[in-house]
Amino acid sequence: MADPTKPEPIEKARQRPEPGFTGHEWDGIKEYDNPLPRWWLWIFYATVVWALGYWILYPAWPMLTQATQGALGYSTRAEAAAEIVAHRERFAPLESRLMDLELAAVSDEPELLRFATAGGAAVFRNHCSQCHGAGAQGAPGGYPSLLDDAWLWGGTVDAIHETIAHGVRYDPDPLTRWSQMPAFGEILPEDEIEGLVEYVLAMSGQPHDESLAAAHAEVYEIQCAACHGLDGEGNQDLGAPSLVDGIWQYGGDRDTIRHTIVYSRYGQMPAFGERLRDVDVRKVAIYVHGLGGGQ
Amino acid sequence: MTETTETEAPLYAAREPIFPRRVSGWYRNLKWWIMGVTLAIYYITPWLRWDRGPNLPDQAVLVDLANRRFYFFFVEIWPHEFYFVAGLLIMAGLGLFLFTAALGRVWCGYACPQTVWTDLFMLVERWIEGDRNARVRLWSQKLSAEKVGKRALKFFVWFLIALGTGGAWVFYFADAPTLARDLVTGEAPFVAYSAMGILTATTFVFGGFAREQICLYACPWPRIQAAMTDENTLTVSYRDWRGEPRGKHRKSEAAANLGDCIDCNACVNVCPTGVDIRNGQQMGCITCALCIDACDDVMARIGKPRGLIDYVTLADGERERQGEAPVPIWRRIARPRIALYFTLWAGIGLALLAALAVRTDTTLAIEPVRNPINVVLTDGSVRNAYEIRLRNMTGHDREMRLSAAADAPLVLELQAVDGLVVTVPADQTLRQRLYLTAEPTSPAATTARVPVELAAEDVETGARTTQTTVFHGRPQ
Repeated sequence: MADPTKPEPIEKARQRPEPGFTGHEWDGIKEYDNPLPRWWLWIFYATVVWALGYWILYPAWPMLTQATQGALGYSTRAEAAAEIVAHRERFAPLESRLMDLELAAVSDEPELLRFATAGGAAVFRNHCSQCHGAGAQGAPGGYPSLLDDAWLWGGTVDAIHETIAHGVRYDPDPLTRWSQMPAFGEILPEDEIEGLVEYVLAMSGQPHDESLAAAHAEVYEIQCAACHGLDGEGNQDLGAPSLVDGIWQYGGDRDTIRHTIVYSRYGQMPAFGERLRDVDVRKVAIYVHGLGGGQ
Repeated sequence: MTETTETEAPLYAAREPIFPRRVSGWYRNLKWWIMGVTLAIYYITPWLRWDRGPNLPDQAVLVDLANRRFYFFFVEIWPHEFYFVAGLLIMAGLGLFLFTAALGRVWCGYACPQTVWTDLFMLVERWIEGDRNARVRLWSQKLSAEKVGKRALKFFVWFLIALGTGGAWVFYFADAPTLARDLVTGEAPFVAYSAMGILTATTFVFGGFAREQICLYACPWPRIQAAMTDENTLTVSYRDWRGEPRGKHRKSEAAANLGDCIDCNACVNVCPTGVDIRNGQQMGCITCALCIDACDDVMARIGKPRGLIDYVTLADGERERQGEAPVPIWRRIARPRIALYFTLWAGIGLALLAALAVRTDTTLAIEPVRNPINVVLTDGSVRNAYEIRLRNMTGHDREMRLSAAADAPLVLELQAVDGLVVTVPADQTLRQRLYLTAEPTSPAATTARVPVELAAEDVETGARTTQTTVFHGRPQ
């Protein structure tokens, strides 16, 4: 249409007839059928070209098993993997420092401690919170709280690390924490078990039958004190809980104590040393130790 | 498919080339000044320095996206203070309402970057290719060495301006001298080059070729403005009651009682968007007022009073047409609608200033750990945990001593920190877990809710920041 040798200055353009009036008019505002600017059309063509390029370069068309891969080989999964690698590389110095240092000495290095705590919190949410709760508050049925200062197998950061790495009563790991309380329902007559229940209630300062309790002190000393201690203070080397600290893994009421004595308990925890990277086990140990009950 | 007939309008139309003529006058001078000042602000600002101490950048205006900080001279804005930016944006919006209601499309005509850069590009065009007639001639010429040479030179200068524009933009987001060096040596991040590339391309295309097409087809502002102007808004108008009927004032036309308009087309020839203001109000008019200058010049030469084209409100147009005196301009501006916009605009501005004045450089935020709500220890003590954030907005490290005050005795301990003093690094937020423990003898151990006031005190200056929270005991 436009001949470059023949200029069409604005004045000439203005002499063109008005574009078609569509006949639509509202309150004096008329709708005209104006032509679209030609460059607008070019932009449309440009988007078509862009789309074609996109189809070629990026995953686009769904096929039977997967979408077309695209010439650039881009995928969000590969991008995420690359980010994980970059992240690992970025924190490699801190992680190797964490591996080299005694766990107990980590608290002297604020940056390392912050790094390990943050990483441990993430590991905890993924691998531990299912049983111990998102806030590490424990759960009924034998999943202990990790917030208080009562520890079955020790509350130092090294003891916590040992427990996490090797698990509790986890047979595939020879170094696992292991102990077993007998099911006294098969050993003691029922009246002695009733007496033991009253004795344990008395130790822990709960309402009890005094005469029954006093009468069964000897049974306690013979059957229980070897592990739980003469005063019921427990023994962390054996994973024997204290009976006097007011904190119960399974419950401290009469019925639950009776159930525990008759049938015993056999709580288990997997060895996370075989599931996680060593450095992640160390991180989560530091995190748990920092939750408030660590010794 | 219907056959295309001659009466049917084409679906697409090519851009009509516009060759604005050079003009001089009061408004043109005003526009030169505004162009100079706005461009200077844009290009120079990133290079201004502002000393904030050793730990903070010394660039006066810096948007630090990586560290999420915005520096503006003595103000440093953190992400949680985004309301300052939101407030400024609201002020910008209300400011546009205000100016539009009072002065019409004054933004479009004088300050819009599209207008300013197009003006600059046209200036270059005039320097290289000459004024309107020379450019029309060049445009209609066949390709020749002269034409190619002028075009090439023009495009080259345009490109330099565009590159400078895109380049200046990225300096707002990083230390300007460092980035400038990195850009030249090829060590700048890819995003800097791509941002520069995109802005260079858009500046070149928008300023050199798209020009009024942006205003006519791409920008929503002209449509919005139609709803914001009213009959009291100052706008560029043609006094048709004075100018019509227009004519060349030839001798043969002496009998006809002609108006002042001599139909010289000066107003059309200088218009950067190619409209004829004599057709009345129209979307294409960005109120740049160059036609006023052009017409005043012509009126002076033929010995007629100035102002055939002038800033006139629609209401005054009606009054003048009836032979009445126009209302003074200040009364057109001082009216309730403008006062309302101004009050809102100034109110938000004052509120922002007040917020800026009372804000502190330290903030303490407490997030009580509620999962679980509390923990009983082996000795019967009850413990609550809290996550605190201590924000140090100054440029130096600070030692802060934490303390807790409540009606019942509570023991404060920090996780993994001996004592109660923490160091908050310069320009950072410290996260710290802390524990409040009520010993069995403390009434707090058995009280459901104990209000607690936590305080962080600067060991050096003694400045205190406090925040209240609650300790939850275990009622028996």
